[in-house]
Amino acid sequence: MWSRLNFRHGVHPPELKELTAGIPIRRVPFADEVVLPLRQHTGKPARPVVRPGARVERGDTVAEADGYVSTPIHASAAGTVRDIGLWPHPDGSYALAIRIAVDRYSPQAARPRLVPDWTGLGPAELIEAIRQAGVVGLGGAAFPTHVKLSPPQDVTIDTILVNGCECEPYLTTDHRTMVEYPERVQLGIRIMMRCLGVSRAVVGIERNKPDAIETIRGTLPTDIDVTVEPLEVKYPQGAEKMLIESLLHREVPSGKLPMHVGVVVQNVASAATIAEVFDTGLPLIERIVTVTGRGIRRPANLIVPVGMKLRDLLDACGGVTEDAKEVVFGGPMMGLAQAHLDTPLVKGITGVVVLSGAEVKPQVSYPCIRCGHCLDACPVFLNPQLLGQLALKERWNEMEANHLVDCMLCGCCSYTCPSNIPLSQLFALAKSELRRRPAPI
Amino acid sequence: MSAPRLLITASPHLAAGDSTPRIMWNVVGSLVPILAAATYFFGPSAVLVVAAATAGAVVTEHSCGGKGTVGDGSAVITGILLGLTLPAGLPLWMAFVGGAFGIGIGKLVFGGLGQNVFNPALLGRAFLQASFPVALTTFPAPASAGDWWRLGGDNFALPFVTARALDAVTSATPLGRMKFEQAATPLSDLVFGSTSGSLGETSGLLILLCGGYLALRNFLNWRIPASIFATAALLATLLHALDPARHSGALFTLFSGGLMLGAMYMATDLVTSPVTNLGCWIFGAGVAVLVVVIRSWGGLAEGVMYSILIMNALVPYLNRCTQPRVFGSRPVRRAP
Repeated sequence: MWSRLNFRHGVHPPELKELTAGIPIRRVPFADEVVLPLRQHTGKPARPVVRPGARVERGDTVAEADGYVSTPIHASAAGTVRDIGLWPHPDGSYALAIRIAVDRYSPQAARPRLVPDWTGLGPAELIEAIRQAGVVGLGGAAFPTHVKLSPPQDVTIDTILVNGCECEPYLTTDHRTMVEYPERVQLGIRIMMRCLGVSRAVVGIERNKPDAIETIRGTLPTDIDVTVEPLEVKYPQGAEKMLIESLLHREVPSGKLPMHVGVVVQNVASAATIAEVFDTGLPLIERIVTVTGRGIRRPANLIVPVGMKLRDLLDACGGVTEDAKEVVFGGPMMGLAQAHLDTPLVKGITGVVVLSGAEVKPQVSYPCIRCGHCLDACPVFLNPQLLGQLALKERWNEMEANHLVDCMLCGCCSYTCPSNIPLSQLFALAKSELRRRPAPI
Repeated sequence: MSAPRLLITASPHLAAGDSTPRIMWNVVGSLVPILAAATYFFGPSAVLVVAAATAGAVVTEHSCGGKGTVGDGSAVITGILLGLTLPAGLPLWMAFVGGAFGIGIGKLVFGGLGQNVFNPALLGRAFLQASFPVALTTFPAPASAGDWWRLGGDNFALPFVTARALDAVTSATPLGRMKFEQAATPLSDLVFGSTSGSLGETSGLLILLCGGYLALRNFLNWRIPASIFATAALLATLLHALDPARHSGALFTLFSGGLMLGAMYMATDLVTSPVTNLGCWIFGAGVAVLVVVIRSWGGLAEGVMYSILIMNALVPYLNRCTQPRVFGSRPVRRAP
């Protein structure tokens, strides 16, 4: 049907998924404390509705959405609210968070249904239930799902793309979800199709997950148009714009969103979560996380309560090895290195990668030799060589003129640079400098 | 659990593994067979000349280049490449001065590695050609079996003293014979290297193989030599068809003189070639056109050096003209 299911450029980092690709998902025991930052999604932080000392049950709303692009946050364990204050956040800052002392004697049983049954609900009611359940995109960006499922009146969506690429090295969260919970993925797709009134969905899966492709193919519904397309293993195949280019050959215009070419992209883990909240009646209070890397003793795929602290999670995986050097939230290509072991896991975190000393990048840079490898790597066809030279001279405005806005910080240029120039870090810096720039008079 | 001392770095946390010094030392390694062939054909003089040029380059880089940049290997490449463009009988002090000029004026004054506009080795050679035209165009004939140990010329002449005329046999290069005597050279001699000329003008086949290795490792952009070969072959074939007596054919053009070494090692210098792939195609075509023009109508028998230097000057402009089309900058295209 399509001649070429691929996008141009990109890089081929080592896959490194064998550490956890075959390990079944298991549940991790509750720790003594969970920490729920009020900002776990793109948009406005949630507003707390509990006070210190309050008793909460598992699934209770502890913070409510503050505005449209915002989501509520729910207690991931029964216990007592200890404090609402500043706490280390995965993005490296200190941010407001609700700390809950977990009740060690609670059975942590499911409460009576907080989310209604999905059958018989119309699109508006489904989207409202998804919003109430605090569902966000679980692929990393944590964009509130109800916003994505409510496109403005003037755009027409014809296809849902379900992102099962998981192109980041090491991570196997989506892979295990597809292998172990295919019926949840299918139900999630069905619900999303009903929300959007769309009749076609395509699941894109990289070819390095043949068992996931087979499982999802084997459970495809017959009454609606859902198909599976195997994709070339290449980074960043799972980036929204690249996935749309690969599967549909539609190029999202610069500065526009996927919906402007008639597409909504959702991660397979998000689809499975939508099914799960309607299935169990519980809001989004736990997610599947891959804990992996050469620096962890027992790599695993775990169901983790939202708000579990990094320290507790590492302990649950046997602790770190002697030569553990760097702990990264997310994948090694775009993930954030963590400074504090008390940092909690938030909804958008797909994995925890503990890199050993042998794996971390050398910290020495050489001058740019203009080899052009970054131009051959950039999936959006920027000139990272030029942008990098401009960034080193702090010429932010010229970077903007050279399409910095189209950079999605995927890191391909830095990955391929033989001189080890921190290109994507420089571009992130330039973007923040340009945001801080005063408005023109 | 004892708290590990956590490293905090920006993403991506993985690297592809090719470092700039590794690329440079791979280039050096790929030059060793070419150097060995030069030694086979021209005797110990070949090693002496290349060593002197390399010493000039490395000493200059070390003394003027600041913070230990010799280790990145780029000065060694410049020295070896310069040495390979010189005749075997050249006095060593000239080779040394050429290396020093190439690094000092060709690279360091621009700001060191990555900043230079012109290929430093070729700039060093251009300087020598302008300063010592006779020495640079006196080519010893390839050594024969009996006198391999004999020097190709007065290598040990003192600076600014007229070199003694040794009894080394000199001979015109294939290009010189073609241009001034309309005499052809057997193609097999060109391909395997038993011709008179600069040290690196000998075995075209060997240079092709060594450069091919670098292209496979993606340490040079294959589009540049491909473009040079295609354009040069096309032009040479056309001219040969028009006037077979005056113009040599495609294969002679490709395998004679410095074209092979220039196309594989000089024009592909990462720093002084375009960063865009389209730019590389244009750059290579430009080099080939200039080579054929200089060889056919210029006063010199060989024009690879000036062709590449001229195209080096155009690289910033080529980069500017061939910027890639940014993803998302064309009208929306709907799938059928």
